Amino acid sequence: MTTPLLSVRGVKTFYGRVMALKGVDLDVSEGEIVTLIGANGAGKSTLMMTVCGNPRAREGSIAFAGRDITHLPTHEIARLKLAQAPEGRRIFSRMTVLENLQMGATTAEPAEFERDLDRVLALFPRLKQRIGQRGGTLSGGEQQMLAIARALMARPRLLLLDEPSLGLAPMIVRQIFDAIRALNKQDGLTVFLVEQNAYHALKLAHRGYVMVNGLITLSGTGSELLERPEIKSAYLEGGRA
Amino acid sequence: MAAEGQRVDIARALRDAGVTALIAFGLFLPLIGFQTVTDIRNDLILTTRWPLLFAITAIVGAGRLAYSFGFEPWLNQRALRPVQAAPSAWRSFVGKWFVPFAIGFVIVYPVIVIALNGFGGSVKWIDNFGIQILIYVMLGWGLNIVVGLAGLLDLGYVAFYAVGAYSYALLAKTFGFSFWILLPMAGTLASFWGILLGFPVLRLRGDYLAIVTLAFGEIIRIVIINWVDLTGGYAGISGIPRPTFFGIPFNANEDGFAAVFGLEFSPLYRTVFLYYLILALALLTAFVTVRLRRLPVGRAWEALREDEIACRSLGINTTNTKLTAFAMGAMFAGFAGSFFAARQGFISPESFTFLESATILSIVVLGGMGSQIGVAIAAIVMIGGTEIMRELDFLKQIFGPTFDPTQYRMLLFGFAMVLIMIWRPRGLIATRAPSVFLKERKSISVDLVKEGHG
Repeated sequence: MTTPLLSVRGVKTFYGRVMALKGVDLDVSEGEIVTLIGANGAGKSTLMMTVCGNPRAREGSIAFAGRDITHLPTHEIARLKLAQAPEGRRIFSRMTVLENLQMGATTAEPAEFERDLDRVLALFPRLKQRIGQRGGTLSGGEQQMLAIARALMARPRLLLLDEPSLGLAPMIVRQIFDAIRALNKQDGLTVFLVEQNAYHALKLAHRGYVMVNGLITLSGTGSELLERPEIKSAYLEGGRA
Repeated sequence: MAAEGQRVDIARALRDAGVTALIAFGLFLPLIGFQTVTDIRNDLILTTRWPLLFAITAIVGAGRLAYSFGFEPWLNQRALRPVQAAPSAWRSFVGKWFVPFAIGFVIVYPVIVIALNGFGGSVKWIDNFGIQILIYVMLGWGLNIVVGLAGLLDLGYVAFYAVGAYSYALLAKTFGFSFWILLPMAGTLASFWGILLGFPVLRLRGDYLAIVTLAFGEIIRIVIINWVDLTGGYAGISGIPRPTFFGIPFNANEDGFAAVFGLEFSPLYRTVFLYYLILALALLTAFVTVRLRRLPVGRAWEALREDEIACRSLGINTTNTKLTAFAMGAMFAGFAGSFFAARQGFISPESFTFLESATILSIVVLGGMGSQIGVAIAAIVMIGGTEIMRELDFLKQIFGPTFDPTQYRMLLFGFAMVLIMIWRPRGLIATRAPSVFLKERKSISVDLVKEGHG
């Protein structure tokens, strides 16, 4: 087996004295879509933020593309082409869509800006209509598209998505998940997806992890996990959109 | 007086006016109604000022009545009016030509003043109104980089102004360097102090940052006061060399400016020269800011203001970004400071109090954070307003010879600020112009955008 693109080994993260991650192991291989599901407060977002170096893992190690990134500052991790669309989208609301996308291209080659711009605008045609508008005037779904598009402008090797379906209508969620699937199929983009929307996430992902109270309790392929009775009862009751 | 189609409820208006007058009466009874005076034997005697108290109460009540009849119907009318979809042709015309016209005006301003007032009467207008306002415009633009663009609330900006002024004064007096060498040096030293302040406060934002920068401003001032050997303490530094016209001094000597150019000597030449000097420095500040906004570092400042975490996750080094913002802002304050020292010929810690920082900050906030034109207008109104108050001698005939309008400066500032915050909570010019376009400019009111989370 080749070394995975992202490998998390025995990671423990603390908020003050509270241990939020209690020794997490997780792998994401090149070309995969991997999802992490779990209840509120399980530590999903904490894991994603720990991968990005904020907060830092107190124990364990995180390696990206064969390089130890456990102690790198966040902006240097981002420069290794590990892009993140953070929870709550965090777009620059007073800046225009185009300026937001330009900020996303901070670590990319300036010469390829036009091409990358065309690529993400083809993926999310809605953003093209809104290109001169301020980020804060967009609808929730458009903001999420912008957050993903902004992350894509860096031409990432790994895209981290934190709850892209948060607060969005089912149809918009489908659009966004279709876009993620297309990116993975056509460009071979590796995606690590943190989701509450377990059904959609597991449908989309090749593999999935389940997190409970800061620990990974289950893992397997997406379809395997969908069939597990404990998953069905804990996450999928009434969750089928 | 009422607008058509709307009836003013007279009974309600009268009741409101009565209540307002009653509140005013209650408030001003202890404040104005009673007065203690010292008599010949140095005893305090309580006297009353009933006429003044009743006059003020009546004015307040009448004001409320006028509001009910005149202003309120107009406000209601305005609220009913549909929002204008497109800006009118006149507004877009003004928007397009305002900046070129304004720059043209400030360039010919001294000529106009001299033409109107002659040589003798012009110094006041060019110095008090021109130079004084332009110094604050420049300081406002410099602070705008830190507060308006990078979103770092700095309450101690005057510290860098002081560093620039003292750098120039000390180096010019001790080593005799010329203004033109010391100007960049003062800027460099100030930006060095900007970085020095930047390091410890990198992790702070918002209120916490404001407190630390406030303390920093005071530290610099108190060091200046107490390091008497170097700075002269409260006495300040006098006899600071004045700037020369590329080596030609402005004096009545044979090698002075007037003599060299075959003109009759007048102190006005130096004033006009200083005016164009500060104008050039201010325009340089504006130009650099406009250019920087289009460069990655400028856009990173703005992104930092919007969301620091997102910035980091996009690969922006927020440490460097903040430090460059502090350094750039401080550098322009240093330029302005060395100009200030050269213009005055005398500096003391009194010129660098917290009040100065507060004035500069209120210029930036009132003008609209991030807006160059707004900051310039706010500086003209605030500083020009102060200067005009000095001119209002006729008020002495009404309020008595001891009346000094400038004493009421802060009251009026406060009043202006309350009004601005009610009507234009994001400053005079609140629209942030995008720095990059795909095809054409589209403008969207900032009112539609929610406040940034930061």
